[in-house]
Parts: sequence; C-alpha cells; structure tokens
Amino acid sequence: MEISKNKNPDYYLLNELFTDEEKAIRDTVREFVNHEVIPIIEKYNQEMKFPFQIIPKMGELGIFGPTLPPEYGGMGINNVAYGLIMQELERGDSGVRSFASVQSGLVMYPIYTFGSEEQKKFWLPKLASAEKIGCFGLTEPDFGSNPGGMITKAEKVDGGYLLNGAKMWITNGTIADVAVVWAKLEGKVRGFLVEKGTKGFSAPETKGKLSLRASVTSELVFEDCLIPEENILPNSGGLKSPLMCLTQARYGIAWGVVGLAMECYNTALDYSLSRIQFGKPIASFQITQEKLAYMLTEITKAQLLCFHLAKLKDGGTMRPQHVSMAKRNNCEIAKTIASMSREMLGANGILDEYPVMRHLNNIESVKTYEGTHEMHTLILGEDITGIAAFE
Amino acid sequence: MKIVVCVSLVPDTTTKIKISGTNKTIDETGVSFVINPYDEYAVEEAVRLKEKNGGDVTAISFGNDKYKEAIKKAFQMGADAGVLIKADGEFDSYTVAKNLSDAIKEIKPDIVLFGKQSIDFDGSQIPAMVGELLNMPAVNIVTKLDINGTAAVIEREVEGGKEIIEANLPLIIGTQKGINNPRYPNLKAIMASKSKPITEKAPSYTGNKLEVTEMKLPAAKSKGKILDGGAASVPELVKLLREEAKVV
Repeated sequence: MEISKNKNPDYYLLNELFTDEEKAIRDTVREFVNHEVIPIIEKYNQEMKFPFQIIPKMGELGIFGPTLPPEYGGMGINNVAYGLIMQELERGDSGVRSFASVQSGLVMYPIYTFGSEEQKKFWLPKLASAEKIGCFGLTEPDFGSNPGGMITKAEKVDGGYLLNGAKMWITNGTIADVAVVWAKLEGKVRGFLVEKGTKGFSAPETKGKLSLRASVTSELVFEDCLIPEENILPNSGGLKSPLMCLTQARYGIAWGVVGLAMECYNTALDYSLSRIQFGKPIASFQITQEKLAYMLTEITKAQLLCFHLAKLKDGGTMRPQHVSMAKRNNCEIAKTIASMSREMLGANGILDEYPVMRHLNNIESVKTYEGTHEMHTLILGEDITGIAAFE
Repeated sequence: MKIVVCVSLVPDTTTKIKISGTNKTIDETGVSFVINPYDEYAVEEAVRLKEKNGGDVTAISFGNDKYKEAIKKAFQMGADAGVLIKADGEFDSYTVAKNLSDAIKEIKPDIVLFGKQSIDFDGSQIPAMVGELLNMPAVNIVTKLDINGTAAVIEREVEGGKEIIEANLPLIIGTQKGINNPRYPNLKAIMASKSKPITEKAPSYTGNKLEVTEMKLPAAKSKGKILDGGAASVPELVKLLREEAKVV
C-alpha cells in the first residue's frame, strides 16, 4: 500500500465539483490501476495478451454495468462516476478500458435495454461479476461506418433463427461467453444473443495488431448457426438499437481518452523537469513550455466537456450528437498529446520504460473505432446543417 | 467481537510541506489529506477480524471536521460505525491518546487497532499511551495477528528478526506494513458507506502536556565541493573529510 500519486492534472479544480462518492469511486479505481495494471501492462502489450488475471478483480470492484440498478448486479451509480472509472482505466491502458466498455456499454446495456426479463435476470448479474464475458458484433468486413448495409442475416426457422454472416473487429470476441450480434431479420436489424459453443459459430482472433495489443480482437463467423427462439432481444428493432449501444460506448471513450492524455502529459512533465540539456531542464525552454501549455489546456477543455456531458446524460437531455462532439474532440486531442509527449521524451519516448508509445499506438485505434473521427464530424455536420453528407 | 480501529488524517505523501507564518504549524493551503497509510492496515485487519469472528467495527478519529474523511475511508473498507471526537487546533500525543481512550472505554471493545504511527509527526506513541490509559496490553509494529478465543499470538518486528508475543484480549495492536494487503474498496462498499453513521463527540480533554515552540524545514543542502586535481588532491580531500566534513 502506498498513497497514489495524486498529481493528475485538474487545472480548473473540477475535483471540487465531484461528490464524495464520485471521488471515492475514482480513487479506488485509480489505486487498482496503479497496482494491478500499470506495473504489468507493458509486458502484456508486447506479448499481445490480455491480462486475464485482472478480470475477476474488476468484477469484485463492481465496475461492470455499474450504472444499472442493483437488482441486475449494477450499483446504480451516476454517469460522472462511470466516466471517472473509464478515465482511470484508460490511464492504465486503452485495452483494459475497452474490455470494460464492451462489457458494460455494449453487452450489459443492450441486454438491459432490449432484453426480456429472463435474459436480464440470467445474464446481467453474471456479466457484472465477470463470471461471464460478453462481446458485441455490429461491424462487418465491408460495413464499418455504414453499418446499415450489413449482410449478416437471420432467418426464422423451426425452433429459432438461422444466422449467417461475419462480424469484424470484435473486442473480446474469442473469449466471450455471449455475443450480442446484430443481424437483419426480414430486412430489419435485430439483436441476438449467441452463446459460446453454439454450432456454426466461431470466433478466431485477429493477428498482427500494432495497436490495442493488450486486448483481444476477433472475427465472429456464423455458418447456419441456429439460435434458440428465446435468444432474440425482444425489444430491439432497427439500426437505432445498436446505435443506442454505441452512444454508451462512445460516452465511455470520451472520458477514457482523457485518462490517456493525462498519463502522457504527466510523463512529459516529469521528464521535461528532470531531463537536462544545455545545462538546464528541457522544461526551461519555451518550445517545451508551449507544448505543456497546449496539453494542459486541451486536457482541461476535454475534462469540462466530459463533466457537462455527464450532467446532460444524468439529466436525460443528452443527445447522441453531444457524445459525438466529445468523442471526436477528446480522441483528437489525446492523439496529439500522446504524440507531443513522445516527441518531448526524444529517443526515450519509444522505449517501453515509458507508457507514451503504447498510448500513442492505442489512440490510433480508439480514434477510429466506435465511429471514426470523420463520421463524428459528419454527424455534427448533419446536426448543424440538417443535411446528411453521408447518405 | 467488538472491534475498534483508530484512524488519523495526514498530508498526502507527495505534499511539499511548508511552514505557516506562526512557525508552529504547517501551512495547509493546497494540501490534500488522506487516511494515514498505516491505518489502512489496521482497518483491513479489523474488517478481516469481523469477517472471521462476526461483530462490528467502529472507526474513531480525533480532529476537526476534515477527519471525517479518514472515517469514511474506513467505512468504504468495511467499518460499520464512526465516532469523531471533534476538536480544532494542535494537540499533542497525550491529548489524542486521552480522548481516544475515553471514547474507547464507552465501547468496551475486545480489540483496538491502530496504524503503528501516523506519518505526519511520526510519534509512534498513541498505541502505547492508550494501552496505559486503559490498562490494556499494547503491542506495536505487528506483522501478524492470530486470535483464538481470547488468546492472541502476535508477531512483531524487532531489529534483525521477529518477536512472538502471547497476550489475552482485550488488547491493543499497532499494525506494520506486511500484516495484510489493504483491499480496494469496491463500489458496493462505497455506495453502502453513505448510510453509515458518524457520531460526533466533544473532546474530554484538550490540555496538552507538550507545546510546539518552533517548526523548521531541514536546512537546504549546501553545494558540494569538487577537488579536480586528480590523485594530487587526495591529501587535501582527506584533510577536508577530517576537518570540515568531520566524517573520518
């Protein structure tokens, strides 16, 4: 036990606006990440493995589906606390945050929102405790930004639905006990729960990733895969259903990447104060100070976006476009900050002794997944002008 | 089992300490406070005793309103009730020990746990003082605690080894790093901690037997001296080490 280094940037004293409960939740996840993730993650990243040993510990902490009500294994926490959990997890690693985002936002959320009472009662407590792991299949090899064009289809047959098609870029796919899969049934997008071991269902792992290496990414393949009748999500209907899930996940990303940016800033600040060149710390040079000023300003702006977005979400006035703005902005600045941090560390910046190169590689994925930067730009463009540029 | 754990609040270890204008206290401006790290071992041990033997854990703290933070942390880790002996000002170890003793007396616990010391003043006095005031055996710097019925077997660190002690409850224990790994409070416990009560009490004694007359920061390190004459500088170096640095 040590006291955490509570030096994370909070230039506008947002901490004063957090409740005791929000602070306590953030601090306990921060301690967890400091002790269980940061010391080991570089090794797992290099070996391209997910640190499975942390999954039951995260379940015990209670950070899966924490905004859901207690009767389904949730904790009923608000969206500020949920966001702070994501921030702290991604301060450790985007892969670890992705694991939690998928479990909470993309698996528990749709089962809670579109599932039957039986499905909710069966799956949600098991997913909350991490006894079961879930994944979410929407994206296809040829349908990324345009998920409405999906080819995967379900056919009503005796005893259930026959599923055919393939999904791509699925976090946790290979290790999941249950996949929330989106497929067209009579032309309409519906959600299905596909359980591990179902005949005709396979989930090979995606190899050769240079980003999000401490995360399992997979393909989901369905070949005449028979899904029992009771595994359709009864209240799902249309593309809107999976898009509602994406809003949840994007919300978590908007907060998460602030943690990534904070860690890169902290590293650059420490380094620039201790690295001596020309007889003085490089922090003395105006070019370094300009970078630090930029980083801290952008982190502060991103924190404020997140905090207010949480208030809108808790207040019920948040729209998906609000989330697009935060996801788009925060990924962009996090990527710039990670890159600046790498530059400020000079050659040392590429070493695994520092977290910045890993974060820089990870943010490339995070900026792209859950809606590319470009798609979020067009979503905002449509919201502003009323004209959709992507249709 | 009735268990009491005493908790204190200290400046975060990353704090740069500054002395206040009076030269008698530290300047608390901008300082963030946390539960005393050694007290986390005490709370963890208390909660484990409760989990094993049943009963309840009361966390007691002596200080101003801010000290509720330490009690709340104990709640999040599993303590059931809290007592804040509310007092503003600077107090010596005896005053703290006297107030804690008077509050503990009312609870009649089977065991009282402390961190071995608080990391602000590093006095390491309170467990022993409370033992004396309550006429209970007190063992500090404890790295292992086994309780069977009313008999306790205690391991404590001594220079170069360990000492095994047997004692009977009721008992006072000061915990050392290594006795356990304090848990991360989970969200369930954090949410549950909101409804746990903190009882406020007035201090029973504020007399202080000691007075801090002055606080000083350590003198700034003076600049080192470099003798750059190679081997020829050795006699001069030896002379300086002997006469100026007085280390040989």
